[in-house]
Amino acid sequence: MRLALSIAIDGIAYGMILFMISVGLSVTMGLMRIVNLAHGVFSMIGAFTVYWLMFRWGVRFELAVLLGIAFTVVVAHPLNVMFFRRIYGMGDLEQVLLTIGLVFIAIAAATVVFGTEMRSLQLPGYLQGSVDVGVRIVPVHRIAVIVSGLLVAVLLWFAVERTRFGIHLRAAVDKESAASALGINTSGVYAKAFLLGAALAAFGGIMGAELMPVEANYPLRYLVLVLLVVAVGGMGSIVGTFCSALLLGIIDTAGRYFVPELGTILFYLVTMLILAFRPDGLFGLRGKS
Amino acid sequence: MLSNTRKFSWVVDLLLLAAAISVYFIFPESLGLGTRILVMVLFVLSLDLALGYAGIPTLGHAIVFGVGAYAAGLFAVHVTSEPLAGLMVGAVAGATIALISGLLLLRTNHLTLVMISVAMAQIAFEIANQASAVTGGVDGLGGIEMQPLLGLFEFDFYGKTAYLYSVAVVALLFLVMRFFVTSPFVLSCQGIREQRERMEALGVRVYWRLVAMYTISGVIGGIAGALNAQTTQYVSLEVLGFTLSAEAVVMLILGGVGRLYGAILGTVIFMMVHHVASGIDPANWLFVIGAMIIVVVFVAPKGVLSLFFGPGKSA
Repeated sequence: MRLALSIAIDGIAYGMILFMISVGLSVTMGLMRIVNLAHGVFSMIGAFTVYWLMFRWGVRFELAVLLGIAFTVVVAHPLNVMFFRRIYGMGDLEQVLLTIGLVFIAIAAATVVFGTEMRSLQLPGYLQGSVDVGVRIVPVHRIAVIVSGLLVAVLLWFAVERTRFGIHLRAAVDKESAASALGINTSGVYAKAFLLGAALAAFGGIMGAELMPVEANYPLRYLVLVLLVVAVGGMGSIVGTFCSALLLGIIDTAGRYFVPELGTILFYLVTMLILAFRPDGLFGLRGKS
Repeated sequence: MLSNTRKFSWVVDLLLLAAAISVYFIFPESLGLGTRILVMVLFVLSLDLALGYAGIPTLGHAIVFGVGAYAAGLFAVHVTSEPLAGLMVGAVAGATIALISGLLLLRTNHLTLVMISVAMAQIAFEIANQASAVTGGVDGLGGIEMQPLLGLFEFDFYGKTAYLYSVAVVALLFLVMRFFVTSPFVLSCQGIREQRERMEALGVRVYWRLVAMYTISGVIGGIAGALNAQTTQYVSLEVLGFTLSAEAVVMLILGGVGRLYGAILGTVIFMMVHHVASGIDPANWLFVIGAMIIVVVFVAPKGVLSLFFGPGKSA
């Protein structure tokens, strides 16, 4: 029981990070039908910006996080206008290649600026210690990750279910042509959703830097992981991404506890089986793909 | 189009062969690179069968290459280091893994297929990584000493034999594939690629056709892997890596999908750019490759060859 709870805490923390990084990609893939393999670039930009600000300029962590997210959005906006809008409507394979090309360029650029070493972020004092939660001693950072993940999920749920933006977004996902005929500015909705996704990826990258250290190769290293979370959850489904991120996070953590000799085999095996039986993912929009 | 001008096409083949052989005399110090290019050409040709001709969008094709490489490497270390027998082992291993993975993979399509193909290659990667007692894990599989080819030609330090051996293997298999891609079987695969439902309506057993094509692609890919193991006398974990799968797709698209010459041209261009760019600046060849991919897809989405010969459907 103790062990199960212990695994649950680590697994959920890991899952929350995966959720924050992947959710924007899920929406982009479900909504705009863009296979964006470069989504991890946004997480890298966010985490590297925070590292840079804190290390070089001594900026406080909280401010650096905000600036890191803001900078990621500033980079993502022109990319969306100049790059992603153009590849809209191209074939799967062309999109895969174009976004892989973008990943390569981002890795090269990050190597020039930051070198190839792994960088960890210096957490502020109140996130460094650990607390006894009865079951075991948990690093405060883990709890902060879980709380912020939950917060993101709730806020996102609110934004999608309760705001006008959310109504437009759901309409555009369900039937773009009808939504646009009803006067909804679908490309505006797309742009907002894209930037929101980039911002969340940056936030996830920053919060997750403890478990997934940032380095130049980051977008490629975690590419498969993020894509699988999206595929298992079902593209375009926020709830699906949340569930699959938690599920995969817990499975991966449990695998590392119980059968460390299997490495990540268990993780890939489970995702493969889920996809084999549910090709559209757990919460996939059937018949949409 | 190339396919309409048969005679011209044979001239191209001979010119390609002549070019490959002349490299041996003109650039004797670059035979290592030449061998690597030939191995990749073969691998990308195998990918072209699956992705180009049958429209199977796999992003984990390294699985057949890697399994072929490990099979041939282990065979050389533990059984016999006779090169041609090793190629056979690579072919059988590649076909077997393609058949097993294809049975599951080809039940899906579109993006799910892409994801599962990636996941399968990753599983194979992890198995090779964990079973370090057999495969050497991250240190790689070394100690591969090849016997003389046909009992006559020693594998030398400069890679002369390795290069000519690769030329012979690739040329022979290319010849076989040239006939193969005009066969009714491959035409039906192209039909499936273009319109799956219609082929089903015509009574074609689509699933089994694709499994068969994927397995044949596995044969070629496995041989490419075996050739890699034999010529480098080493198998690293990279042979199963995601980067290899992704790069192979890039090379294929660069040259042109669904045409054998596209696979050759794309691979040669990619490998040369890679070589030159990494020579100039080892850290930033990725930048060049990335920019090249983006330009090619925007300017010539059907591959470089389509700029000159229009959108080709065969050969």
